[in-house]
Amino acid sequence: MINLYLIVKNLTRDKPRLLLNSFAILVAFFLFGVLGSVNKALHAGVELSADNRLVVVNKISFTQPLPLGHVEKIRALDGVKLATHANWFGAYAQGSQTYFAGFAVDPETYLEVHADSFLVDTTQKRAWQRNRQGVLIGEKLAQTFAWNIGDRIPISSNIFYKADGSQVWDMVVEGIFTGADLQTDTNFLLFHYQYFIETQTFGSDWIGWVVLTTVDPALNEDIINKIDDQFANSFYETETTSERQFNKAFLQQFGNIGFIVTSVVAAAFFTLLLIVGNSMALAVRERTQEIAVYKTLGFSAQKIFSLVLSESVLLAALGGFAGLALAHMFVGGMSQSPQIRAIFPGLSLSRSIFLQAVFYMIALGFITGFVPAYRAMQLNIVNGLTRR
Amino acid sequence: MNDDLFRLHNVHKEFSRGKQKITILDNLCLHIKRGEFITIMGPSGSGKTTLLNMLGGIDKPTHGQLFFQHTDIAQFSESQLAKLRADHVGFIFQFYNLMPMLSAERNVELPLLLKNLSRAERKKRVNAALTLVGLQERAKHYPRELSGGQQQRVAIARAIVTDPDIVLCDEPTGDLDRTTATQIMEMLQTLNREFNKTIIMVTHDPEAAKYSSRQLHLDKGIFTDLETAA
Repeated sequence: MINLYLIVKNLTRDKPRLLLNSFAILVAFFLFGVLGSVNKALHAGVELSADNRLVVVNKISFTQPLPLGHVEKIRALDGVKLATHANWFGAYAQGSQTYFAGFAVDPETYLEVHADSFLVDTTQKRAWQRNRQGVLIGEKLAQTFAWNIGDRIPISSNIFYKADGSQVWDMVVEGIFTGADLQTDTNFLLFHYQYFIETQTFGSDWIGWVVLTTVDPALNEDIINKIDDQFANSFYETETTSERQFNKAFLQQFGNIGFIVTSVVAAAFFTLLLIVGNSMALAVRERTQEIAVYKTLGFSAQKIFSLVLSESVLLAALGGFAGLALAHMFVGGMSQSPQIRAIFPGLSLSRSIFLQAVFYMIALGFITGFVPAYRAMQLNIVNGLTRR
Repeated sequence: MNDDLFRLHNVHKEFSRGKQKITILDNLCLHIKRGEFITIMGPSGSGKTTLLNMLGGIDKPTHGQLFFQHTDIAQFSESQLAKLRADHVGFIFQFYNLMPMLSAERNVELPLLLKNLSRAERKKRVNAALTLVGLQERAKHYPRELSGGQQQRVAIARAIVTDPDIVLCDEPTGDLDRTTATQIMEMLQTLNREFNKTIIMVTHDPEAAKYSSRQLHLDKGIFTDLETAA
């Protein structure tokens, strides 16, 4: 076993170099932590998509409406388990500039179709279903505005007007739902479709999209074809996709974020490999005579190899964990902002990002330390002792 | 012959420089008994340090046999030689070769890290070695805070802390003033006489050589006085 004290002493002997190297590693892992968390938050919807859930939108664009009648026709198809519908409602709390998502939904079916995503107390659910002006609030949204059950909240839309000319919908908080997964977005509200459709000015019996579940994911392809064929050549042709594909396509509107994140992180790590690798090689080269002395004292080639490699891994861990700690604080701070939460729901430095980072730390340590460690291991004692 | 610690038989060492072969040691034969204090003298380039390195297992002959306690260590692998050095040999260098980032006691402790010893046991042995060289009160000092003579005493403590059979010294007084050199030589003599350590020392200094029980003279890779090598 190699003495940890010796490794630490070797690592800390040149403090300016240690600080600069650690800082370079810190920056790379900070970037990895923050960008990785943002990327994961953006893709949480994709990751958490159910295999048997499909989304039906207007073939022209998902911003175009569909008739309410489509829902019953879809529900009647063989292999369809449940179907529901939703309308987009860009929401603001009155007196607040904070924008968040709101959906006008069918209270009888929406939660059933999303039973694996959202958890809500049965009593609260029933109270919401009974009250036409009732609203279900996501846990994070409730925290942001400190809303509680029973609160009467005026909600405005950035798109819709009421028939009386106002933009304010009075709602009563009947329940607060939580996500089934830590990454699940709960920064939105759900209210009654009937309350919405009867009070807004864009006509009646139209919906935004249909969400359905199939009895078996193996039937998805068949049902997708059935739905789209059924409405082909009608005024309201449809495009049906799996929920996963739908969420992916939605994200691609913003560009290939995953590629951008990967490119930035890869560039940072590549630069890091050059900086730290060079620095480690230099540090070991400067210690040639000392390494020869270690060997003279009886340290085996394997022990010398472990000594140098451990130093390199420790350096990567030192900067890496500092960078992750900073990223954790930064991401935590970001996620407190309602605006950020609206764009990146479930933003946090997750366990998987942390474990990936630890893997990269070890890999970085090994890659940057291997060549210097190998050279130290191979050092001829006589040559090393005579080098001054 | 049974008390031979080392026996060299036709030990030869040569280097190639281009097509030219340079002989450093020319078929040397030598016996060294346990408990001897030997000095190896000779002009620069005569092969003194190369011979010392071979005795210490940090260099190998081109050919020939080098027996240590009746085992030919010329055939040893690198890892066998590393174990031999850790278990049987202590080294003292001209320029001390202490680790600058370690305190005196941590420098002395280094060879003990290769032994399966508890921290308490290591500390006990380090204290004993530092006491023997009269530097216990400087245990926490770093090499840069010590004089040349003190650094060499730390190096001696490091060399003896594992209780080796042999202490090899390469010009141990070469960087020291006369008074300090005398102190160091008296210390080596004590190790030889009171602790029965076999000491083999390379030196240019005839005053230092006086402390030894046998002097060997090397020139161009051969012993100039054959009787002393026998």
